[in-house]
Amino acid sequence: MPKMNMVQALNSALDVCLARDPSVVVLGEDVGYFGGVFRVTDSLQKNYGTHRVIDTPIAEGGIVGAAIGMAVNGLRPVAEIQFADYIYPAFDQIVSQLARLRYRSAAEFTAPVTIRTPCGGGIRGGQTHSQSPEAMFAHVSGIKVVMPSNPYDAKGLLIAAIEDDDPVVFFEPKRIYNGPFDGDPHKPAIGWADHPQGEVPVGHYTVPIGKATLVRAGTAATIITYGTMVHVCEAAAREMGVDAEIIDVRSMVPLDLDTLVASVSRTGRCLIAHEATRFGGFGAELSASIQEACFWDLQAPIARVAGWDTPYPHAFEWEYFPGKKRVQMALRALLDAT
Amino acid sequence: MQHGPNEEYPIHRSAGTGCRSTHAIRALRLKLRAMTAQSRLHVPDVPARPGETPDFSYVRLSPAGAVARPPIDVGVRETSELAETLVRVIDPEHRAVGPWNPQLSPQVLRGGLRQMLLTRLFDDRMQRTQRQGRITFYVRSYGEEAVSVAAAMALSDQDMVFPSYRNQGIFLYRGVSLTELMCQLLSNSRDMCKGRQLPVMYHSARHNIFSISGNLATQFPQAVGWAMAAAIKGEDAVAAAWIGEGSTAEADFHQALVFAKVYRAPAVLNIVNNQWAISTFQGFAGGEQRSFAARGPGIGIAGLRIDGNDFLAVHAATSWAAARARAGHGATLIEHVTYRAGAHSTSDDPTRYRPREDFDFWPLGDPVERLKQHLMVLGEWTEEQHAALTAEIEAQIAASWKEALTHGTMSDAPKLDRGLMFEDVFKVMPQHLRRQREQLDAELS
Repeated sequence: MPKMNMVQALNSALDVCLARDPSVVVLGEDVGYFGGVFRVTDSLQKNYGTHRVIDTPIAEGGIVGAAIGMAVNGLRPVAEIQFADYIYPAFDQIVSQLARLRYRSAAEFTAPVTIRTPCGGGIRGGQTHSQSPEAMFAHVSGIKVVMPSNPYDAKGLLIAAIEDDDPVVFFEPKRIYNGPFDGDPHKPAIGWADHPQGEVPVGHYTVPIGKATLVRAGTAATIITYGTMVHVCEAAAREMGVDAEIIDVRSMVPLDLDTLVASVSRTGRCLIAHEATRFGGFGAELSASIQEACFWDLQAPIARVAGWDTPYPHAFEWEYFPGKKRVQMALRALLDAT
Repeated sequence: MQHGPNEEYPIHRSAGTGCRSTHAIRALRLKLRAMTAQSRLHVPDVPARPGETPDFSYVRLSPAGAVARPPIDVGVRETSELAETLVRVIDPEHRAVGPWNPQLSPQVLRGGLRQMLLTRLFDDRMQRTQRQGRITFYVRSYGEEAVSVAAAMALSDQDMVFPSYRNQGIFLYRGVSLTELMCQLLSNSRDMCKGRQLPVMYHSARHNIFSISGNLATQFPQAVGWAMAAAIKGEDAVAAAWIGEGSTAEADFHQALVFAKVYRAPAVLNIVNNQWAISTFQGFAGGEQRSFAARGPGIGIAGLRIDGNDFLAVHAATSWAAARARAGHGATLIEHVTYRAGAHSTSDDPTRYRPREDFDFWPLGDPVERLKQHLMVLGEWTEEQHAALTAEIEAQIAASWKEALTHGTMSDAPKLDRGLMFEDVFKVMPQHLRRQREQLDAELS
């Protein structure tokens, strides 16, 4: 099977969908001739033409609003918002329109729009190129929210998102576009070539939305995480020599609670980790839902590791980022709690 | 270059529909329609791509001196033509001609040249610094220096400015020191943003310069609101804001214009039409067949389309608009026709999407060179003086950089206190942030 990095895997997913389904169109800022600022849409306009891979004005509200209209008229748009930090001008179109169109029209109108957007920090992007706003979207009823952590899932989930008849906000953790990242910025960057999930089929396949996946089996505790933090948590547990079970949530909405609950019921200890700010973050929802289901099996309070509750600061990137040390301190406290 | 629908929408060649239910039916219908009917989706043309000859025939020009200069209380409707023609002062022989000539003294002109040259040489040095890995990111204003410098000179220092991230000339003219700007770029112990902002996202309250936002167009309605406050308070100051032509697509731009019209806000609203928004040509922002300035009269404020590489035209237009605003006649939308001669930022490579030699063909030339030639024609400047000024500024930049480094870099002491990360989220730090600060200290001890 060929090796792909996450950018190539996402590009392949778009290519597969554009080829299979004439109703699929791609739109966004710089996505056409240029191929996207992260190259995810590279060569697609050359291969599918300017009427299917569409360069847009800088107007996120316009991009999503127009995508909704296109979807209502039978197309299956994949909109790119260049950075998740720039999605807010489209917030009303997503929250008040995209999420509710099926509900308010009693399913007479639907909008199968996929919104792809790079998220997360670790690239020295400062507060306008580093945010992780997934909780704001997960909070809204009517949109699915996913975030892959490796190339194989990225391609399979993106195809599933595009083929899904409900709208999907698809977050791409940009720090791991080119390789897994364990949270140590001083180590040389590594690619996806040696990672098992860097093997990606060329053709069509899907990874189901709504299914979490086991990253590593263990008995001492359950670490529930997603995106870049999957790799940080894996390295943190490995270096500590802790036999932790690690689950990649992958899909925030719908949430595969059964898989999470089964694991936590078994280990009795749960750590939740994400890059986004802690207060009101998606970890709070995970923590509450798991506590409701696993209260009698828990041997310690559920722990959360997250970004601090400040905007993402440029100069303090690695003091802000929830790296291995923060994960390990929380994991140690979790294991020591009696 | 027109794209035929059959090449550009190869629907008839694709296999399978890959979707279900009503969408499958709709897709099929679409497929059938595509095979029989012409797609009428217009895709804006880009005049030249890499390897092709640059072509700026789409830029509508007026001869220098040809456009009338109406009184500052002219009705909005009367500015419709001004929003489509091009106000220019410096003619091909480098003389200042016509009613928009601001009649500036040679001393002021030399000051303008110095400021533009300072901006350019500072940009060049900081770009190299980024390439050496000393700073993480940089944005040059190469080719657009007049837009910032001449406007800043034409405004009063009490006027509040809301810049975009390509207006460093305003900071330098208003007296923010090179060292101060460099310390921000380095995120060091003297960084005005305390390490919280990406390089170039400066601010300076004491120089009446608002904080730059990485999210686009947000400053436009804010500038209008500032101007409304000045009007409410009966103050003389006006607000000025800058936005790229690409960002005019954002709703914030349109909302700003509506508010400016409704309340006759004393604002000077500048569109810097540098033709490119990263890789996206100005046609994709709506620039085909119609000027950006025309949106002013379209909504109900005055509009001016000017040569943004003509220092005198920028100065004259800004003076006119500021005087109009101060006198209570409302806002003006000024489109500065210019060219982004360099990359969007240090993260961009424009040779991927436009001809490498584009700027050599740009019909409005280089703003620094044009003012220099004008001063030489006046007998107020020589090549020797220019070389001496260049050397003096380069020495000033080198000395400032040396000083900035003494205040630290991202990797070398003295460094910012990491506890600053938790300050200024709120006026008073709430308990949860105090706890997180302690947690970080424990993490790093």
